[in-house]
Amino acid sequence: MINLTNVCKRYGSLTALQPTNLEIPSGKVTALIGPSGCGKSTILRIIVGLVRPDSGEIRIDGARMDPESSLSLRRKLGYVIQDGGLFPHLTARQNVTLMSEHLGKPVDEVQRRVEALADLTRFPKDSLDRYPLELSGGQRQRVGLMRALALEPSTLLLDEPLGALDPLVRSGLQADLKEIFIRLGQTVVLVTHDMGEAAYLADQIVLLREGAVVQQGTLEDFQKRPAEPFVTEFLNAQRALVAL
Amino acid sequence: MNRFAFAIAGLAVALTVSAQTITVGSKKFTESYVLGEIAKRTLENAGFQVDHKQGMGATAIVWGALKNGDISMYPEYTGTVSEEILKQPRASREAMVTALAKDGIGMSPDLGFNDAYGIVMRRKQADDLKIAKISDLQGHPDLKCGITHELLGRKDGWSPLLAKYGLHFDDVKGIDHALGYAALYAGQVDIKDCYTTDAEIKKYDLVVLQDDREFFPLYKAVFLYRLNLPQKAIDAVAKLAGTIDEQKMIAMNAEANQSKDYSEAATMYFAPKSSPEAASAQPKPVGNSRLDQLLPETLRHLELVAVSMAFAIFVGIPLGIWASKPGRLGVGILGVTGVIQTVPSLALLALLVPIPFFGISFTTAVVALFLYSLLPIVRNTAAGLSGIPVPLRESAAALGLEPSAQLRKVFLPMALPMILAGIKTSAVINVGTATLAALIGQGGLGEPIVSGLSLNDGPTILWGAIPAALLAIIVQVAFDLLEAGIVPRGLRLRPQGYEHDH
Repeated sequence: MINLTNVCKRYGSLTALQPTNLEIPSGKVTALIGPSGCGKSTILRIIVGLVRPDSGEIRIDGARMDPESSLSLRRKLGYVIQDGGLFPHLTARQNVTLMSEHLGKPVDEVQRRVEALADLTRFPKDSLDRYPLELSGGQRQRVGLMRALALEPSTLLLDEPLGALDPLVRSGLQADLKEIFIRLGQTVVLVTHDMGEAAYLADQIVLLREGAVVQQGTLEDFQKRPAEPFVTEFLNAQRALVAL
Repeated sequence: MNRFAFAIAGLAVALTVSAQTITVGSKKFTESYVLGEIAKRTLENAGFQVDHKQGMGATAIVWGALKNGDISMYPEYTGTVSEEILKQPRASREAMVTALAKDGIGMSPDLGFNDAYGIVMRRKQADDLKIAKISDLQGHPDLKCGITHELLGRKDGWSPLLAKYGLHFDDVKGIDHALGYAALYAGQVDIKDCYTTDAEIKKYDLVVLQDDREFFPLYKAVFLYRLNLPQKAIDAVAKLAGTIDEQKMIAMNAEANQSKDYSEAATMYFAPKSSPEAASAQPKPVGNSRLDQLLPETLRHLELVAVSMAFAIFVGIPLGIWASKPGRLGVGILGVTGVIQTVPSLALLALLVPIPFFGISFTTAVVALFLYSLLPIVRNTAAGLSGIPVPLRESAAALGLEPSAQLRKVFLPMALPMILAGIKTSAVINVGTATLAALIGQGGLGEPIVSGLSLNDGPTILWGAIPAALLAIIVQVAFDLLEAGIVPRGLRLRPQGYEHDH
């Protein structure tokens, strides 16, 4: 479980996140959605400790995230960004095993874990020794996911994981992701700007606007009991896009 | 018994005398080399071991070396002592001796000849324009001047000369002394400064203009030496008084220019009766000796490059890491290394030599090369690191790697191609700049270049220039191979030509 209490972040005069309380339940998939600049990525980066909030606190399974604890907490979090965020000087395999080897885990155990993760993410094993630039966009995203899962984290944080992919690859990976989430049963926080993707992958959706939470619930809640007219507007805008 | 003790004492004196090495220096022109050789031979005949550091540079460098004890003696001219070193224009001999003694320096009696500054022209042009005296130059502002950097920079030099004679020239260039004669002969310049005993005056059929307003002070040749030298050495040099006249000096300078062998030219002083046949019977095999020196010179060059590069890499990469971080420190580091790079190399040497710790030494050469090698390494390390995209930096942090591990395992390996390129640039520049080490007597491939320049001898210059250029190319190729060997394939790929998506 992840708890944000009164967390707020400003960059100069620009408010990235107004004082926000948010509870992300364990073992469930939560999608953060909203228009650009609504603060959804900021929340994710605050959780993983890349951004320090101006005030408030973040607790991950009860442990407070602060500069002192961030190193050990991050190792219990898996963080995936658009295009995988892979290091170009390392092969797919080396990207996945970087942290395990740094922590001195036994080599055979680490390699077994790579094989298992390749099976889980449906990554072709004969491509494990390729460099990121020798892989397709979808493959890089799968390696990014493998790397995030290498230390068996309790929580998985994904920032627009499918944003850089073309629609066909995207829908294939969406299905694979859903299967992975179900198999692992982890706490997952997913940032997306696509309501269809959020509804398909997530158990609960958090809609944000201008650095504040507008509504938290399921797609059905949003449709039947919108907290504000903005909720309906946002849904209609998404639908109009799909209709195109 | 008594005789035995006396013999032991005599042997001990002989041993201490022969064990003492006296270092003689000289300036970077033929006559100074030859006089240095004469001093060396004289002191050797008096029982000393003598080392001659040839062609150390201009007055400031050689005088600085004498004052701080790097050398014990060098040939100088009374005019330079009064005008430039003591800054007491037209001082008497007694005044100079008194003033020098305050620095612990002594001055030998005059060697005999007066090697004054003068102004030379091609005889034909001087005759055509009816110019015989310096004052005749008035009304000829179109004559092109090629003046040595030394005269241009001296307090008693070029500007006061123009003022005294009321002269003006439109085109005045600073040029190396020996190169200037070639330029004068070739007609690229019309007026040049000279030493009145220069062998080229005769060789190129030049005319020395009469100094009709007595601008140039007397430049009587003397030796300056440290007063703490053994009295026996001082006495030996004092005996040279009045033994070298202008004719003899011109002859020795001509011999040195022709044979490229200063030691042999100096021999003329000690054995003036030696027949020309004897001299030509054993011509110095110039080519062979240069070939023999090529290997030691190349090795010395590589030593200078390797030592200075090692320091530059071990200091430059950490500085580059600092400089890559945002903030004033980074800007400051890049600014300072950048400014160092803009200091002309000769000026940097001239700045370092007077500092007692440095002097004319291997250390000075290495420190100067180190400073010049720093910028490309620092700049490329900083650029390579700060060029890493923010999402990848954040990914490394989000994995839970400690900052030092992020640097070691992710950032530095990603910046490796840039860092290597910086080291390569540094090394190639370093190979070229290391030729300047010869200016402060530290050898390397600059040795034939500097001595070739001072003799106006093209082939000798090439003996240094060509190996140095080849060395630079070899260094470049070696780094290209190294890069292919240690940069992972993933960093050499270009982000294009993806395979089909899965």
